[in-house]
Amino acid sequence: MPIDFLPILILLILSALMSGGMVFLSHLFGRKEPNPSKLSPYECGIPPVGDARLRFSVKFFVVAMLFIIFDFEGVTIYPWAVIFRKLHLFGLVEMGVFLGVLLIGLVYIWRKGALQWD
Amino acid sequence: MELTLFVIFGAVAVASAFMVIVSRNPVVSALFLILTFFCLAGLYVLLNAQFIAALQIIVYAGAIMVLFVFVVMLLRTGKEARRGYRLIFQKSIGIIFVVLFLLLLGSITLMVSVTGMRGPYTAEAVRHIGNTQAFASVLFTDYLYPFEIISVLLLAGIIGAVVLAKRKR
Repeated sequence: MPIDFLPILILLILSALMSGGMVFLSHLFGRKEPNPSKLSPYECGIPPVGDARLRFSVKFFVVAMLFIIFDFEGVTIYPWAVIFRKLHLFGLVEMGVFLGVLLIGLVYIWRKGALQWD
Repeated sequence: MELTLFVIFGAVAVASAFMVIVSRNPVVSALFLILTFFCLAGLYVLLNAQFIAALQIIVYAGAIMVLFVFVVMLLRTGKEARRGYRLIFQKSIGIIFVVLFLLLLGSITLMVSVTGMRGPYTAEAVRHIGNTQAFASVLFTDYLYPFEIISVLLLAGIIGAVVLAKRKR
């Protein structure tokens, strides 16, 4: 029922109002006296070193890609579990094949060392 | 109530999708894309498709946006990327296609009904059996073959990511 999602909608509206309100009020009432050291990025008190926009390592991409794939795998198990009793053995075999193919992938990335950082 | 929410979600989705294209900073584009995904999830909830709405947020706003943000960070996002390009050729072609697309869309809306054929899973039927149950019973019986093909597709994705990014030095 869409009406069950009303609390989530209220939460979304409240959080948008709060975060937006804080930014707006500090923009409205805050004093604006910029100077170079005030505008520089905050790095725990020491003077900033270099640019923050350096290129990230491609290793992060591998992690994100594997995360998507196994996230999707987990998401498909959920509806399967909901009607598991109706599917009986057929459902078990079906999901076994699905997970088996992805298990090959997991073994592959494990053996290739893609889960290792270096 | 539902119509009001539909109009709000739809308007915010279209506006934020527009901002995705317009904003010069790729990270800002990514954030607006997350807003678009959330609005789409709201539209799915209004259609009684709660499971799809949850998937929209978990998979799209969660996993795929993480990938997008990483790709943005992999690229050089300094001043040269934000300077903007003069795409006169691409823009003129794009305008022609937009006009053609709008003409097509207008003619379809005027001549035939916008809504497609009605299947057995109307909003009322889905409400009766439950959204996740309806989704699952179709996915794991009628669409068994495509479902198993997905696993092969995901395997190809795994191998592709590892082969591309994990070169031996």
